[in-house]
Amino acid sequence: MTALDFASNAAVRPTWRWWVFVALSVVVLAGLPLVTDVSLQLQLSLIFLLSLLALSMSFMWGYGGMLSFGQTVFYGLGGYCYAIASMNFGTTGWAMLIAVLLPAVVAALLGYFMIYGRLSDIYLSVITLAVTLIFEKAIRATSGPEFVVGSVRLNGQNGIPGVPGLQVPWQDAPLSMEGVFWLTAAAMVTVYVALRLLLTTSYGRVLVGIRENEARMQLMGFDSRRYKLAAFVVSGAIAGLSGALYAVWGNFVAPEMFNLNQAAQVVIWVIVGGRSTLIGPIVGTGVVQWLTTWLGQVGVGQVTLVLGFVLMVFVLAFREGLLPTLGALGRVLVRRQPGDTAPPVLPARQSAPGAPRE
Amino acid sequence: MDQLAASAYLVVFSITLLVIISLGLAVIFGLMKVINLAHGEFIMLGAYACVFAVDAGLPLWAACAAAALAVGAFGVVVERVLIRHLYGRLIDTLLATWGLSLFIVGAVTTLLGPAGRGIPTDFGNVTVGALNLSVYNLMLAAVAVAMLAATWGLARFTRFGLLARGTMQNPTIAGAMGVNPSLVYMVTFGYGSALAGLAGAVLVPLTGVSPTLGLAFVAKAFVTVITGGHLPLLGTGLASSIFGAIDGVLSYRWSSVIGEVGVLIVAVVVLRLLPSGLTGRMRSGL
Repeated sequence: MTALDFASNAAVRPTWRWWVFVALSVVVLAGLPLVTDVSLQLQLSLIFLLSLLALSMSFMWGYGGMLSFGQTVFYGLGGYCYAIASMNFGTTGWAMLIAVLLPAVVAALLGYFMIYGRLSDIYLSVITLAVTLIFEKAIRATSGPEFVVGSVRLNGQNGIPGVPGLQVPWQDAPLSMEGVFWLTAAAMVTVYVALRLLLTTSYGRVLVGIRENEARMQLMGFDSRRYKLAAFVVSGAIAGLSGALYAVWGNFVAPEMFNLNQAAQVVIWVIVGGRSTLIGPIVGTGVVQWLTTWLGQVGVGQVTLVLGFVLMVFVLAFREGLLPTLGALGRVLVRRQPGDTAPPVLPARQSAPGAPRE
Repeated sequence: MDQLAASAYLVVFSITLLVIISLGLAVIFGLMKVINLAHGEFIMLGAYACVFAVDAGLPLWAACAAAALAVGAFGVVVERVLIRHLYGRLIDTLLATWGLSLFIVGAVTTLLGPAGRGIPTDFGNVTVGALNLSVYNLMLAAVAVAMLAATWGLARFTRFGLLARGTMQNPTIAGAMGVNPSLVYMVTFGYGSALAGLAGAVLVPLTGVSPTLGLAFVAKAFVTVITGGHLPLLGTGLASSIFGAIDGVLSYRWSSVIGEVGVLIVAVVVLRLLPSGLTGRMRSGL
C-alpha cells in the first residue's frame, strides 16, 4: 500500500494507517496554537472553515456525481442565519443549530424540485448557479430600513457587522482566537471523519454506485432520487455550518458570501485538490487560499485572472486534481511489491459523448 | 388602458432583451451541447469593442458589426484552444469556460481598469397615444427579430445551415457522409460568439460597460436557454416570451429583483414538469 491510499475514492473501510493519520492530525492541530502567532492562527482557521465548504462540494460532486454551483447559497444562508439568530436571541448555541438546519431545509426544497424533476447533471449545475446569483441580488437589495428580521437590519450591500462570537457553556466570555482555531479545526476533522465513515456504510456505497451507473442501481431496486436528495441535504447542512463558522470567525456577514467569485473558488479548491477524494479538497483549499494571499502580497492586482487560468489548466491537463495525480505518479515511480494491490482510483462519472436524450 | 399599454411595452422590451442576450448561447448549446459560461464575458467584450469603434469615429451600426466580427473571431480562437479538447465532456466544458470567464474579467480589469464606459445615444422618444416610447428600444426589438430571422434563414436556406443541422442531429452520420464536424463546430461557435458580441454592442448605449457587465446577463441567459431546451430558435423564442412576460409584469408592479426571482421560480417549476426544457420532447426542428 502506498502512503497515499487514504486518498482513494473507493468507499472501502479505512485502514489502521488512516486512523493513525487522523490521530496525528488531531494532536498536531491541538498543539498548533501553542507554538504559532495570532495571524497564522487566523489564516489557518479561515482555511479550516472553508475546507468544510470544499468537503460539502466534493461529497456531492465527487461521490454523488452532482455538480452544484450553489454551495455558496447554503454557506451564505448559514452565515446570515447565525448572525440574525444570535443577535435576536442572544444564545449563540441555538443560532449555530439554526444555521445548520435552515440551509438543510432549503437544500431539501431546492433538491426536491431538481432531483425529483430528474434534471440531468448540467441542468442541475446551471439552476444552482442561477439560484446563487438571485440570492446575492436579493440580499443586496435589502439596504432599506424596512428589511428587518426581529431586531436586526439586513443592511443590503454593507452586510451585518458585530455578529457575536460563539458562547461556550464553560466560559463567560465568547471564544478567544485559540478557541475559534480549535473550533474550526475540530469541525473540519469531525466532518472529514464522518463523511469518510458515511461512505463505507451501505448508504455511501449505494451513492457511489449511483454515480457510476444510475440506471443499474435503479434496476437493482434502489430509489436513486432519495439517495441523491439525502446527499444534497447533507452537503447543504455542512455548507451552512461552514458559513456559520465564518460569521463566528469574522464577526461579520456580507452579500459577498453568495458571490459568484466565492462559488468559483469552491470549485477551484475541489478541482485543484482532487474531487474524487475527501482529503484532496482540504489540501486544495489550503493551497489555493495560500496562493491567493501570496498573490495579494506580491501585488498582483487581479487574483481572478490567475484563478481562472488555474481552473482552465486543471480542467484541461489535470482532471483528477493534485493529490490523485501525485498518487498516480508515485505509483508509477515507486515499483510496488508483488501482491500489493492499491485500490483502484475510479474516475468520476461524466456524461457520455452523444448520449441519447431522455 | 394606458396602464395596460405601458405594461405591454415593458413586456415587449423584456422579451427583446432576453432574446438578444440568450440567442448566441442557445445556438452554441443547441448545436454543440456546450454550455458557454463565458457567454456574459463575450457580451462584455462586444460592448467594449463597440465603445472603442465609436471612439474611433465609426457610426453606431458599423461599430456593432465590427464588434460582432471581433468577438466572433475571438470565439473561433477560444474554440480551437480550449473547447475543442473537451467535446463530449459536458461538465468539463462548463468548468473550463467558467475559468475562461474569470480570466477574461481579470484581464479586462487589468488592461482597461474597473471604471465603466459608455456611449451617448440621441435617438430621442416618440409619443404614441399617451405612451412615451424610446426610439432606441424600438430599434432593439427590430434587432432581436432580425437576429432570430437571420439565424433561421442561415440554418434553413444555406449549405452551411444544412451541414450544421445534420451535425446537430447526428455528428457520427454527418461525419460518415463527408462533413467535417470539427469544422462545423468551429464555425458554429464563432457564429454564436458573434451573436453575443452583437448583443453587447447593441446594448451598450443602454447599459454602459464595465468588466463585470457579463454578470448582469449571465443568469437570465442561462435560465432562458436551459428552459428553452435543445431547439435553439423555438426554445429561446418560447422561453423568452414566457419569462419576458413574467419579468415585465412583476417588474412593473413591484421591482426588478422580484421580477428575477419570479422568473427563476417559474423556471424551476417548468423544469420540474418538463425536465429537458420546453422543446425537450420535440425530435427535430430549429
